[in-house]
Amino acid sequence: MRIKAQVAMVMHLDKCIGCHTCSVTCKNTWTNRPGAEYMWFNNVETRPGPGYPKEWEKTSHFKGGWELKKGKLRLKAGGPITKLATIFANPNMATMDDYYEPWTYDYEALIDSPRKENQPVARPKSMITNKYIDKPEWGPNWDDDLAGGSEVVPLDANFDTLQEHISMEYEKTFMMYLPRICEHCLNPSCVASCPSGALYKRDEDGIVLVDQDECRGWRFCVSGCPYHKVYYNWHTHKAEKCNFCYPRTEAGLPTICSETCVGRIRYIGVILYDADKVKEAASVEDPQDLYEAQMEAFLDPFDEEVIAEAEKAGINADWIQSAQESPVYKMAVKWRIALPLHPEYRTLPMVWYVPPLSPIMNHITNEEDLQTDGYIPAVDQMRIPMEYLASILSAGDTAVIRKILLKQTAMRVHMRSVNVGGVDDISKSRLLEEADLDVETIEDMVRLLGVAKYNERFVIPTGRREMDDNLYAKQGACSLEDIAPPEGLF
Amino acid sequence: MDIFWWLIFPYLCLTIMIVGTLYRFMFTQKSWAAPSTEFFEKKWLNLASPIFHYGLLFAFAGHVMGILIPTEFYHFVGISDHLYHDFAIIGGSIAGIMVMVGAIMLLIRKIVVDPIRIHATFADFFSVTAILIISAIGVYMTIIYNTFVVVYEYRDTISIWFRSIFYFQPQYELMANVPFIFKLHVVAAFGLFASIPFTRLVHFYSVPVTYPARAPQQYRSRNSYKEKDN
Repeated sequence: MRIKAQVAMVMHLDKCIGCHTCSVTCKNTWTNRPGAEYMWFNNVETRPGPGYPKEWEKTSHFKGGWELKKGKLRLKAGGPITKLATIFANPNMATMDDYYEPWTYDYEALIDSPRKENQPVARPKSMITNKYIDKPEWGPNWDDDLAGGSEVVPLDANFDTLQEHISMEYEKTFMMYLPRICEHCLNPSCVASCPSGALYKRDEDGIVLVDQDECRGWRFCVSGCPYHKVYYNWHTHKAEKCNFCYPRTEAGLPTICSETCVGRIRYIGVILYDADKVKEAASVEDPQDLYEAQMEAFLDPFDEEVIAEAEKAGINADWIQSAQESPVYKMAVKWRIALPLHPEYRTLPMVWYVPPLSPIMNHITNEEDLQTDGYIPAVDQMRIPMEYLASILSAGDTAVIRKILLKQTAMRVHMRSVNVGGVDDISKSRLLEEADLDVETIEDMVRLLGVAKYNERFVIPTGRREMDDNLYAKQGACSLEDIAPPEGLF
Repeated sequence: MDIFWWLIFPYLCLTIMIVGTLYRFMFTQKSWAAPSTEFFEKKWLNLASPIFHYGLLFAFAGHVMGILIPTEFYHFVGISDHLYHDFAIIGGSIAGIMVMVGAIMLLIRKIVVDPIRIHATFADFFSVTAILIISAIGVYMTIIYNTFVVVYEYRDTISIWFRSIFYFQPQYELMANVPFIFKLHVVAAFGLFASIPFTRLVHFYSVPVTYPARAPQQYRSRNSYKEKDN
């Protein structure tokens, strides 16, 4: 057993209102610099849709993540030898057209305009070339709330495998939000793709970072990450990515996206895992088994043996206690209501999602008379096709999704009977049985999902910087200092 | 004059190259990268860049064969001068033309594609142009000079002089009667060497040859305090 601790996140999609506050605060914190204008370490996608960058889920095109080849785990884009042979031009890399050309507006035209017959106009101006863009054709969240409709929505790669016909008629279509950050995977393909060894996973908290000194700009991480969450800074010629706001988490604070989340959908906590089981878990034959395999790699923080091993591995009592109180552990392992994003990429991602409940298609006209078990068929007729959720969160396994939706429905029904009444007792119902829950767990879930306070949603042990070797040398040091010096001396 | 061009100048260039490289590596490593413009334009880069770089690799291998490996070695393994030159002319021409074609395509791309031109520095244009000129001279030497003038046996002059630089016993007098075009190629190349630390060319030092030998997953401890505690 080789125990490591990971600071992980769960997002409760049922509560996401798509306000983009997370994206904006993240951008203001990390990517409002030259070369990073187009980067969104955090972005919120409207699904179904092509996402950001466009069609990032088309792994057949960008060749991100891992695949099993003759039972062996390989990078989809090819191993080190292939990479060295194609190092002069990465054939799989996304370009600016796949993201968008960042622009600002010529605000001065408004201020300096002489008196004219017509109102002055602030024209869009490219932040790359500083030239006017007459007609921007794609931009951040261009397809927000299904804008673009039937022209843009079918670009969603998840439709390729969906059996059901997706209707774009207003009455029948569906929509959900998917906020995305770096997954800080247990088996990160960006790290394995880096020829310079500049990307690494931190021992202490599992955060995946790019060493800005060592990065040589070979760009294999950009295409190697199947989630497309490593970006190429065209100004510094180095890779950049979400760093889980490590200066904040080290101080015991949540990431800025979580801190400012209006819907309070984000939960951060510690997960203990066995690093020796990672490769094995990522190598299981059937992609639908990857979820369970990853769960196998997680360790029970209450287990005496695990605690003893963790202490031996240098994980201090603070961290073990945090792992025991971790909201992520509760949601992912204890209640099994959270799922990894696209487990079939075999990276063992560590930002998990609670699939959203959605309006029921054949709307219940008589909810007053509906008894508990009447909700079971309703779960199967939700507006968001279960197949679609399964394509995103469980490699196509709808049984997993159904169970979680049943759990959330059971929770809803129970709270309805507590607060409104008129529903028969849930404790003996088939709904509760199928959801594999008991009333006590339901009430715990309601507490965490509904009313949990800041210190319950974010259980983050500090980085214990006071134990650093070299405090004097690090005084006043800033990770972003001189990140973009002028190139060369000419 | 010979003393300047074949003794002072090479050492000057190599010194600038070595000291400049070390300085940049130690103090401004954040600027040390292969500054790709693939983000802005991909189609032409995917074609031109491999042609250019593979051409450079072949050309480099050719120079190792011609300049670093002594003639005696070829005689020892039984390769006649005639065979050597036939091979060198054919191989060298292919490599040189690859570099030239690649460099021309990259240069045009650099000028034509808006975002690339706007963000290109003088150093970027300088290094591509310099390589284009040097490779053009090289191709001229290999194809035209060798076919129409004489198959020049540079291994008896330039090669011996070049190696002598590294023994610190420079035999500069060997270069006195070398044809002008060869002299120009050598001087231009040393000028390019001197410019390496100030341009994007530094990325050639960082060819990740150790990558295949490395473990795929990299863990790094933030600190060494754990070891100290135990």
